[in-house]
Amino acid sequence: MINVLSAILILVGVFFYLAGSIGLLRLPDLYSRLHALTKADNLGLGLLIAGMALHSQDLLIMLKLLLIWLAVLAASATSAHLIARQARRQETGP
Amino acid sequence: MTDLLLLSALGLMLSLFLGLLRVLLGPGAGDRMLAIQLIGTAGVGMLLLLNVLLNQPALLDVALILALLAAVAAAAFTGQQQTHHD
Amino acid sequence: MNPTSLLVFDALLLLSIVGLAWASLATTDARRCVILFMAFGLVLAVAWGRLLAPDVALAEAAIGAGLSGALLLAAAHGQPRPLPPESTNAPRNHGAAGVGVVLRWAVTLLCTALAGTLAWALLQVFSSTPHDMLPGAISENLAASGVSNPVTAVLLNFRAYDTLLELAVLLSAVLGIFALGQANPGYQPAGPVFDGLVRWLVPVLILTAGYLLWVGAHAPGGAFQAGAMLAAAGVVLRLAGRSRIGLPDGFVLRIVMAAGVGVFLLVGLALLLLGRPFLGYPPAWAGALILLIETAAMLSIAATLVLAFLGGQPQSTGVKAAADRQCEGISRC
Repeated sequence: MINVLSAILILVGVFFYLAGSIGLLRLPDLYSRLHALTKADNLGLGLLIAGMALHSQDLLIMLKLLLIWLAVLAASATSAHLIARQARRQETGP
Repeated sequence: MTDLLLLSALGLMLSLFLGLLRVLLGPGAGDRMLAIQLIGTAGVGMLLLLNVLLNQPALLDVALILALLAAVAAAAFTGQQQTHHD
Repeated sequence: MNPTSLLVFDALLLLSIVGLAWASLATTDARRCVILFMAFGLVLAVAWGRLLAPDVALAEAAIGAGLSGALLLAAAHGQPRPLPPESTNAPRNHGAAGVGVVLRWAVTLLCTALAGTLAWALLQVFSSTPHDMLPGAISENLAASGVSNPVTAVLLNFRAYDTLLELAVLLSAVLGIFALGQANPGYQPAGPVFDGLVRWLVPVLILTAGYLLWVGAHAPGGAFQAGAMLAAAGVVLRLAGRSRIGLPDGFVLRIVMAAGVGVFLLVGLALLLLGRPFLGYPPAWAGALILLIETAAMLSIAATLVLAFLGGQPQSTGVKAAADRQCEGISRC
């Protein structure tokens, strides 16, 4: 049962990754691509980590996985903000 | 289960390739930087899967380091240097 | 595990590594080259993990994927933008073009010869019978080495002399950085988003450095990886526009820079005085001595990497603090 749930979570996570990457390629604009990127980062990695945590069934590993997810969340949110701000700055001129 | 994990690793590899396309294509440097973000996250995911597939617990630490340092590159890219020596 | 899928995974990994290497060499824009090189480092870290070399993967993730990206981007910042190809004054007459073509062909042939020689050497290694002596020797002597991680045992005990010389190379690199003059100008103070990230990222990086240093005795980790994490903390503080980035100043900085080589040498000489060979740890004390050397090496490596990012000799914080007090409350300074 746990294995089935973990498998589903991992597969849906990979689906979100692929959706985010396809969005990265097909969307027309930097800002819209940032939207696609954050879906892959948050949802894709989050579901993948949830699946891996269920699969591992070890508290220490689960905590480490949680820390990884939080770090990627914060880092990708900050990176998206910084990149968008830089692009805006370049558009409107110094 | 291992087959599923391997399939997921292949899916993440495909995602990484798509990100690589954006790095090579992306008209601006901002597009390239956000593709680097995606490659980094895909790398973290792949390391987590390899951790279980190859039974290497240390790869979890490698994924943690990649996750922590993910913001450093974007910050270095967008940092505005001061115009005078302080 | 399905071997075909693993093979496909490996093939795709290899393809991306070679493709990224080619692309980063073939591009003319400095910033694009650096960004491609960062992607190269990221994929390489995954490759090391796939090759069951977690210590190297740790080092690659910390230094190759994180720090060198920041370093190279900061260096590429000041580079002039490349001109579009039509507007350059590159020589277009036949004589100069001919020389260019000949030179390019010569370099191509030389590189192909080098690659062929390397491939031939690798084939020789793989076709001969594997030597079982080295892993056997390591596992036999691991108990007496003071640590249970074979990589750390080799680096800090069996081949400690090599690591000592590596640290000396790092010291000479940092002296070269000092010879460049003053450090690069600092960065603008960060906005609230990045500042908020830095507030919790730096303590976590320091904790991770301590964790990697400690865990290096029995799992992948060690002084180099821990030093890189500490350096990342300093670099992140610098990027956020802080004036105090954890580097000591003046005399203490020089002590920290020399600490890696210094402690190593002191331990070796002390053991000589006690009648043992140079760097021949007594098995009962080996663990403690290795930890002592690794701690000093971690501080040295961190200082070296941060100074490399600074690009020169840092100002003393006395002068900086006064300037900061003046600049407080003024938006552009």
